[in-house]
Amino acid sequence: MNWLFKYANPHNFMRLSNVVLPVAAIATVLCLVAGLYFSFSVPPDYQQGTTITLLFIHVPADLVAMAAYVVIAVCSLLSLVWRHPLSDTAARAAAPLGAVFTVLGLITGALWGKPMWGTYWVWDARLTSFLLLLFLYLGYMALWNAIEDEVRAGRAAAILAMISVVNIPIIKFSVDWWSTLHQGETIMAGKLAPVYLPPFLLMMAGYMLLFLTLWMMRIRTAIVERRARNLMVSA
Amino acid sequence: MNFDMGQYGAYIWPAYAISALALGGLSVWTVAAWRRAKARLAALEKPRAEKPRRETNT
Repeated sequence: MNWLFKYANPHNFMRLSNVVLPVAAIATVLCLVAGLYFSFSVPPDYQQGTTITLLFIHVPADLVAMAAYVVIAVCSLLSLVWRHPLSDTAARAAAPLGAVFTVLGLITGALWGKPMWGTYWVWDARLTSFLLLLFLYLGYMALWNAIEDEVRAGRAAAILAMISVVNIPIIKFSVDWWSTLHQGETIMAGKLAPVYLPPFLLMMAGYMLLFLTLWMMRIRTAIVERRARNLMVSA
Repeated sequence: MNFDMGQYGAYIWPAYAISALALGGLSVWTVAAWRRAKARLAALEKPRAEKPRRETNT
């Protein structure tokens, strides 16, 4: 855990992210460009036709949306237990990003549902629990903004995140636990035709790296804003 | 590369367009906020640099 404690210090984080951020940004662009190239080079699926191309933007958006919420919950735990100076900031910085990826997952899913299922939306367990994720993000951000004292706001938001993260396994296993219109586990079950793996993995890496890049940048922004605020107070 | 999405183009292209716009917009917004914060800090630190240097606590 020592390495984590070291970079939880704002000064060390600024130094580390100064190096990691440009690398992550370049890797993001490379993965997305290559991913898009392969996305439009695959043959149509034997069942889903050309809509298989939606897989390459739908699944990465969903997985980043879920991963971001887990990130928030882990940072919240670090904040509550070890009182890291940076973990509240890191948790808060991830929320708007996660919310955008959640919206994209919902929209691309709806646009895939219409041609394949005949409907944009259905209240099945997968779609409903994923919509709940969006409301959790909105609630989490609203809670941060509702309490003026940052320490208290951070603590309340951290408790909310740690309780509501239970929705993530519910989303994951919803297709096994309930009968859903949404298809069951495909990629991890090895049911995706190998020809679709390169674009999927590249887009997945691109989305994850984009999240990482923007998240680091938002944490840096929050640190700099705090420094400015402290200067104003001490001036 | 093949951009002919056949009958499903009406669903696939909007999905790609919305994703590109949202992620592009999110990136622009994030970079703009970073630049704004950095400029504000620099403006606050400037008059200070002319005075004898003092340690700040962050």
